[in-house]
Amino acid sequence: MEFAELIKTPRVDNVVLHRPFYPAVEGTLCLTGHHLILSSRQDNTEELWLLHSNIDAIDKRFVGSLGTIIIKCKDFRIIQLDIPGMEECLNIASSIEALSTLDSITLMYPFFYRPMFEVIEDGWHSFLPEQEFELYSSATSEWRLSYVNKEFAVCPSYPPIVTVPKSIDDEALRKVATFRHGGRFPVLSYYHKRNGMVIMRSGQPLTGTNGRRCKEDEKLINATLRAGKRGYIIDTRSLNVAQQTRAKGGGFEQEAHYPQWRRIHKSIERYHILQESLIKLVEACNDQTHNMDRWLSKLEASNWLTHIKEILTTACLAAQCIDREGASILIHGTEGTDSTLQVTSLAQIILEPRSRTIRGFEALIEREWLQAGHPFQQRCAQSAYCNTKQKWEAPVFLLFLDCVWQILRQFPCSFEFNENFLIMLFEHAYASQFGTFLGNNESERCKLKLQQKTMSLWSWVNQPSELSKFTNPLFEANNLVIWPSVAPQSLPLWEGIFLRWNRSSKYLDEAYEEMVNIIEYNKELQAKVNILRRQLAELETEDGMQESP
Amino acid sequence: MEHIRTPKVENVRLVDRVSPKKAALGTLYLTATHVIFVENSPDARKETWILHSQISTIEKQATTATGCPLLIRCKNFQIIQLIIPQERDCHDVYISLIRLARPVKYEELYCFSFNPMLDKEEREQGWVLIDLSEEYTRMGLPNHYWQLSDVNRDYRVCDSYPTELYVPKSATAHIIVGSSKFRSRRRFPVLSYYYKDNHASICRSSQPLSGFSARCLEDEQMLQAIRKANPGSDFVYVVDTRPKLNAMANRAAGKGYENEDNYSNIKFQFIGIENIHVMRNSLQKMLEVCELKSPSMSDFLWGLENSGWLRHIKAIMDAGIFIAKAVSEEGASVLVHCSDGWDRTAQVCSVASLLLDPHYRTLKGFMVLIEKDWISFGHKFNHRYGNLDGDPKEISPVIDQFIECVWQLMEQFPCAFEFNERFLIHIQHHIYSCQFGNFLCNSQKERRELKIQERTYSLWAHLWKNRADYLNPLFRADHSQTQGTLHLPTTPCNFMYKFWSGMYNRFEKGMQPRQSVTDYLMAVKEETKQLEEELEALEERLEKIQKVQLNCTKVKSKQSEPSKHSGFSTSDNSIANTPQDYSGNMKPFPSRSPSQGDEDSALILTQDNLKSSDPDLSANSDQESGVEDLSCRSPSGGEHAPSEDSGKDRDSDEAVLLTA
Repeated sequence: MEFAELIKTPRVDNVVLHRPFYPAVEGTLCLTGHHLILSSRQDNTEELWLLHSNIDAIDKRFVGSLGTIIIKCKDFRIIQLDIPGMEECLNIASSIEALSTLDSITLMYPFFYRPMFEVIEDGWHSFLPEQEFELYSSATSEWRLSYVNKEFAVCPSYPPIVTVPKSIDDEALRKVATFRHGGRFPVLSYYHKRNGMVIMRSGQPLTGTNGRRCKEDEKLINATLRAGKRGYIIDTRSLNVAQQTRAKGGGFEQEAHYPQWRRIHKSIERYHILQESLIKLVEACNDQTHNMDRWLSKLEASNWLTHIKEILTTACLAAQCIDREGASILIHGTEGTDSTLQVTSLAQIILEPRSRTIRGFEALIEREWLQAGHPFQQRCAQSAYCNTKQKWEAPVFLLFLDCVWQILRQFPCSFEFNENFLIMLFEHAYASQFGTFLGNNESERCKLKLQQKTMSLWSWVNQPSELSKFTNPLFEANNLVIWPSVAPQSLPLWEGIFLRWNRSSKYLDEAYEEMVNIIEYNKELQAKVNILRRQLAELETEDGMQESP
Repeated sequence: MEHIRTPKVENVRLVDRVSPKKAALGTLYLTATHVIFVENSPDARKETWILHSQISTIEKQATTATGCPLLIRCKNFQIIQLIIPQERDCHDVYISLIRLARPVKYEELYCFSFNPMLDKEEREQGWVLIDLSEEYTRMGLPNHYWQLSDVNRDYRVCDSYPTELYVPKSATAHIIVGSSKFRSRRRFPVLSYYYKDNHASICRSSQPLSGFSARCLEDEQMLQAIRKANPGSDFVYVVDTRPKLNAMANRAAGKGYENEDNYSNIKFQFIGIENIHVMRNSLQKMLEVCELKSPSMSDFLWGLENSGWLRHIKAIMDAGIFIAKAVSEEGASVLVHCSDGWDRTAQVCSVASLLLDPHYRTLKGFMVLIEKDWISFGHKFNHRYGNLDGDPKEISPVIDQFIECVWQLMEQFPCAFEFNERFLIHIQHHIYSCQFGNFLCNSQKERRELKIQERTYSLWAHLWKNRADYLNPLFRADHSQTQGTLHLPTTPCNFMYKFWSGMYNRFEKGMQPRQSVTDYLMAVKEETKQLEEELEALEERLEKIQKVQLNCTKVKSKQSEPSKHSGFSTSDNSIANTPQDYSGNMKPFPSRSPSQGDEDSALILTQDNLKSSDPDLSANSDQESGVEDLSCRSPSGGEHAPSEDSGKDRDSDEAVLLTA
């Protein structure tokens, strides 16, 4: 297919663009295969450069022959284009619709994008499982890397290399895989160096209604416990929901078969419930007419903050099991690709100082989201303005980022990255020139040959010039476990993302700049003082030598 | 002292509000001014001090096997729960406190016994730190249009107004007195704020006694005079801050609002801010929400909405914004009133002034603003904040709302204010504490009669002395946000107004951000200052050495390494390192969440099997939570009681309670 077929009108003059916080501009609208560009002809600068894949929905309106297209983006921005000429307007609208909903991944922009920067470090090789494993292996010999999933045959949503208990051989893993949803046998997610406790994750056990059991599964899980120790299984579903899945072949661990484990049920919502929550929240944020009470009631009705609270609470509970109870845990929901990953990754933010650094957080996303098989392609296909009710779209990753922001807000000095870093990740998960978030798992990414054909987001982010935008000036390495508050009073709306296009951030940006200046100036002085001290010391020793007989 | 039935009760437990299972055992003391709880634990001996004047309600709860619980709610939003072993002791404490918390004479208040060890001269200097006549001079008064009037000398015209008042030059004594007779409590229109740039002014008064048809020539002339004092505009806004319905109802009582037909060139405007009774109930509802034990997100948001509190805050802000716009953009003068002109009028005038004039956003300017619009113009502090026992229906969080408006503005304009959140919190604390004389009584007249300035100390001097604690590190006098008027968006942005957990949940340390950006930046700035000095010294020395190549004076390098950054946030981390209650219902971890039904009790961890790990848990938390760190942060020097004075010290006490 050629993009040209989809672009009936590549260029329209005298288009007026309306955007939040900017005066309307008139210019020429151009459509390319992947971008919608508006350039005001006066000074030849682009006023708008929008990826088609960032477009969530469009509306069109006509007043006489003046057409208006309202573009609703996946990053929640709403822009309006006034296009003279009904035919042009219709053509543009249908092109945008077609180009923003391309079926084939290989037609997406990352396959066409040519970077304008020099790649210093190829992000595709920045976070290899072997390297991650080495971080543990100095502390423990109880775990090994398994290549059982080399061809993605045992578990299609797992990466080729996973970490498993040393005492369990690949044959056993294959058997366990048949007993776990999607073949997702329990693997190591996190090793707590302080006390050797671990977080494992998996899919639900396929016990079904007749209580099937799997000796290898029990053996694998027990192999992670130290003598005389007990562990916890955190099921991210309510008991009720977990019980219902038995009818469909799923289920949960029966205590009779796992006597050393205690099960805790939490209830983290999934799929369309989350998607509807996001839709309602963004609707409330965009509604400027309501009075104060209506705003709070809409915020409440969206349930977004309820989900945040539930996810954070579960993550804190998991972290508490590890650090305070000294017990290992296994976490799963149904598939083990959504709420499970929210909990395992947030628990690591709480427990592990490294995951609060930029590199560490990137590694966490690579490990716990990308390689762990969170289906980004499906989940992020549509955002808050979607009108198709697909079952698999859900802001799971956005909820995770929001939870990270909540912790960051409570511990503003303990993170190496700032809010902009989280916003950037949100944007790229939904629309990007990079291949990182394409596909639903490693197997799909392999087939798409993303490493060869596209650029990794990390290659771009980890350039010093980009990193400086995402670095938190307040950061002071904090080696402690950080325990966030989950009280409703402590969990506000993430304005930086949900009110980003509804209120000007001018004064807040100025405050951030001021903060950076204060700290930069301090560092500058520090450096100057150090140089002078050295000079002085040198001079003084010289003097001393000259003086001494 | 005669009201103290029992000065000391032993074996009292102070319940930790976050995890009620944890309670500190100690001794309770009642003194003439404070309730003091001293923990038994020998190493810490932590003390919790509560001023009697901070006590809002005392509730004796049903006796249980463990003792008799006593719940004390404070006006600064602290909640203390004590369990007293003997019912009789509990009753004695209860009866004593009921009386102690409701003094009947001013002399019983703490400020008359509080002695910060300052000599007479220092005390007198404290009282002249904030000088209103200086403030009017700063505004550019008197001038061609406005003059100082002595019509209220000896409070002859209006006993709730100050003696020094600015009125339009063309308003003769005859007009003023005539107008005062047509206004509730004779609070005639006077100047509150004069906007130098365009001669527009904000004036204030009480409602006119217009009834259904009454009019008063002098009052009409008075408004005319206000209009004439602003050559730039041919009309005056009259802003009635009440809901229209309330104002209309007042007409039946012979009061009411200005009839546009009778006054030439006025534009009349209602702005619906509710009355003190609605506000009191609203706060009550919101505090009930804050007090909920592990509320769900829905409980909280629904309760917050239902309280209406943020809607009221928005109404006050909207009124202030309207007036600031009228003055700065339309160049029109505004007369503001409500019923008596001492509650809503004070709120609205001070919000508008704060928006218009950057001076009021500085530490000293803010003190001046409160001194002017609240203290001097007869805001009834005693009645509103219940300093003396009085009619509970008079109590209302009027100035609390204004303080919150300031915080809401600080959130939106982080660089615009010279002071920080702590400053606001401490002012709120002292409005109720009665530790300083500033907020005593209902009017200037009463304060002069009581000789407050000779017998008590001024809060402003105290705050000024400790100003380093109250500075906003982001404030810079040459920053754009500190210039001119603050412009708020015109579109209704309801989401701009947020719940102020730093105020209403301020004693729940765990709910607050565990690292303070303000404190961190202040520490950085402090270090920067030291570095600047050192740099200068080094440069000087270097120059000397280089000049005198061979010198005889051996320069000894000062090896004072400036404190490393890592020191800035450690004290915060100590709190950071204590897990909170994540299991939902205040039981030690792990227990079921409220969302779980009863059906799966078998799957829940029983308390028993957790017992074994409990000692471990506490050992860890003691070792790591850095309790020692916190408790060595000693209360500010000079003051003997940690709780009476600085919220920061009191807070650190509280934090220790939480982590213990």
